[in-house]
Amino acid sequence: MSTVLILFFVLSAVTLGSAFLTIYSRNPIHSAIYLVICFFSIAGHYLLLNAQFLAIVHIIVYSGAIMILFLFTVMLMNLNKEDEVHKPRMARFVAVSLFALLCIILIAVFMNSKPIADMYDSSGEDYQSIKVLGNVLLNEYMVPFEFASVLLLVAMIGTVLLSKKETTK
Amino acid sequence: MQNILEQIGIQNYIFLSSILFCVGVFGVLYRRNAIIVFMSIEIMLNAVNLLFVAFSTYHQDAQGQVFVFFSMAVAAAEVAVGLAIVVSIFRNLGSIDVANLKKLKG
Repeated sequence: MSTVLILFFVLSAVTLGSAFLTIYSRNPIHSAIYLVICFFSIAGHYLLLNAQFLAIVHIIVYSGAIMILFLFTVMLMNLNKEDEVHKPRMARFVAVSLFALLCIILIAVFMNSKPIADMYDSSGEDYQSIKVLGNVLLNEYMVPFEFASVLLLVAMIGTVLLSKKETTK
Repeated sequence: MQNILEQIGIQNYIFLSSILFCVGVFGVLYRRNAIIVFMSIEIMLNAVNLLFVAFSTYHQDAQGQVFVFFSMAVAAAEVAVGLAIVVSIFRNLGSIDVANLKKLKG
């Protein structure tokens, strides 16, 4: 077993374990912390796949921006306590069985599909450095790139409008 | 580092992503706290992003990674708007239990 494979399995265990703990823990703050660990391990996967720029962007956007947003919302609503009531037993049973079924089906499908890893061969060509990514992003995907800025602007205005306290006229 | 997928195999990434996606689905179904539901949606988005990057490496094509950038931008916008909605729900109802949101029920 090579080092890379061991690294992959350790990272996968951290990812799945922290994702489970995110859902399992009763305290929303703990959930957010576990989610940060999950995001960091996914960034580790990106590094393992040699996508360095994407790993950095992932850490900045998810572990930085989105998690701060989550934590601020939790603190704003003062949810730092474990008073959430469980769903009815039937709903929980359905959720667990649906999760198990979905897992079994997906894994069975991909188990029985043709193994495609054998066909993989590396040509040694550079395809994921920042230089290449910037070229693709600003040549082929110029229009979606600009529209992303419009999307972010609209989201910002919408957020401000939604979270503004309604004043009596 | 070029032959990373030869050592790991794309199948392992497919399995990891599908299990991670299932965990996200499970979170949406299992929890009542709206914020945890949002976190589960983020987990699902990340599972798909991970598979995008894996296949981008597999095909040695940068377009998969560029798509992940757009997906991240959309996720950031979605989280901002969603959390604003959650805050205003909390202001109006005093809780963010998704079971309380049944005003549209006839």
